[in-house]
Amino acid sequence: MADFKTPLAKVRGLGSAKDGTHHWWLQRVTAVANIPLVIFMVVSFVGNAGKDHAAWVAWLKQPLVSVIVILFIANTVYHMRLGLQVLVEDYVHGGTKVASMLAISFTCVLIASLAIFSVLRIAFGG
Amino acid sequence: MAEFSLPKNSRVGKGKTVKAEGANNTRKFHVYRWNPDDGQNPRMDTFEVDMDSCGPMVLDALIKIKNEMDSTVTFRRSCREGVCGSCAMNMNGKNGLACTTAIDDCKGDVSITPLPHREVVKDLVPDLTDFYAQYASIKPWMQTQSTTPEKERLQSHEDRAKLDGLYECILCACCSTSCPSYWWNGDKYLGPAILLQAYRWLIDSRDETTGERLDNLEDPFRLYRCHTIMNCANACPKGLNPAKAIAEIKKMMVERRG
Repeated sequence: MADFKTPLAKVRGLGSAKDGTHHWWLQRVTAVANIPLVIFMVVSFVGNAGKDHAAWVAWLKQPLVSVIVILFIANTVYHMRLGLQVLVEDYVHGGTKVASMLAISFTCVLIASLAIFSVLRIAFGG
Repeated sequence: MAEFSLPKNSRVGKGKTVKAEGANNTRKFHVYRWNPDDGQNPRMDTFEVDMDSCGPMVLDALIKIKNEMDSTVTFRRSCREGVCGSCAMNMNGKNGLACTTAIDDCKGDVSITPLPHREVVKDLVPDLTDFYAQYASIKPWMQTQSTTPEKERLQSHEDRAKLDGLYECILCACCSTSCPSYWWNGDKYLGPAILLQAYRWLIDSRDETTGERLDNLEDPFRLYRCHTIMNCANACPKGLNPAKAIAEIKKMMVERRG
């Protein structure tokens, strides 16, 4: 169907969203924060490899370890949420876009909540 | 949604083969053919070109094919020396200018198709209407508010040097049509060529609308579809780096924030 819109009208469209820099910048910030956090996690997991359940719990119960693990969870899940948004913007067009973004946001919050609660339970548990 | 297969009426079939009679030294050129008037699917025609009487560039072979073998082969060309950008096409899977791509640099048979992921007007001619509209949308001319000076607008040598690597762009669209982000979101993403041109005006010390230009670009789709894939820099027949220009625009966006 011809819509008789000029090519320039289509390109100008709804105008600039005046947005996007915040998202782009946060993706870089979380990526940088991930460097020390991931290194800590990998080194700790390699160091603890082969130890029994009690030793793992004792490791996670240390206040500093609990905090770093919670930071790791929050940071990686947020980074994942930002990255998946890019994926949706790239490949999902039309009505399913909003549904996809909602599903991603809810899933990310659920993952982070479950993981952080688990750490807290071990940290404060008997 | 992203498209990973061609629609039925775009599937490419096998076309005719035209041999070079009495030639010993030949190269095969497979050329994409599609005519909007005959209702047929596109096809790849094969032309055996006598290299003993052909110039060194892919464009020389195309002109020889059109002159001597099939006058209906349609393509754009003008300057034949890499200045006008008309003969941009895809040769053996890589975008480039037919006039500056040597046949000897193509391995095996030479497959020639139009620039990827554009509507085709005919044969090797892509429809670049949207591309030009996107170029118009960034207002590619100097905008000022100060009173027009009596003589020329002055610029230091250092500021003039900032335009090097940008002003050379000939808008051939090799980079934009090689960019996956531009394939999937070409209606809203401006693409590497237009963003390089946008940066050319952002960095020009004589322009007075840098802020408005940034406002116009600050958009998840217009600018931020660039994921540094770098196909643009790989494709550019002038050796420019649109990805770097886009990165510089992003830096300016961050710089002006609190």
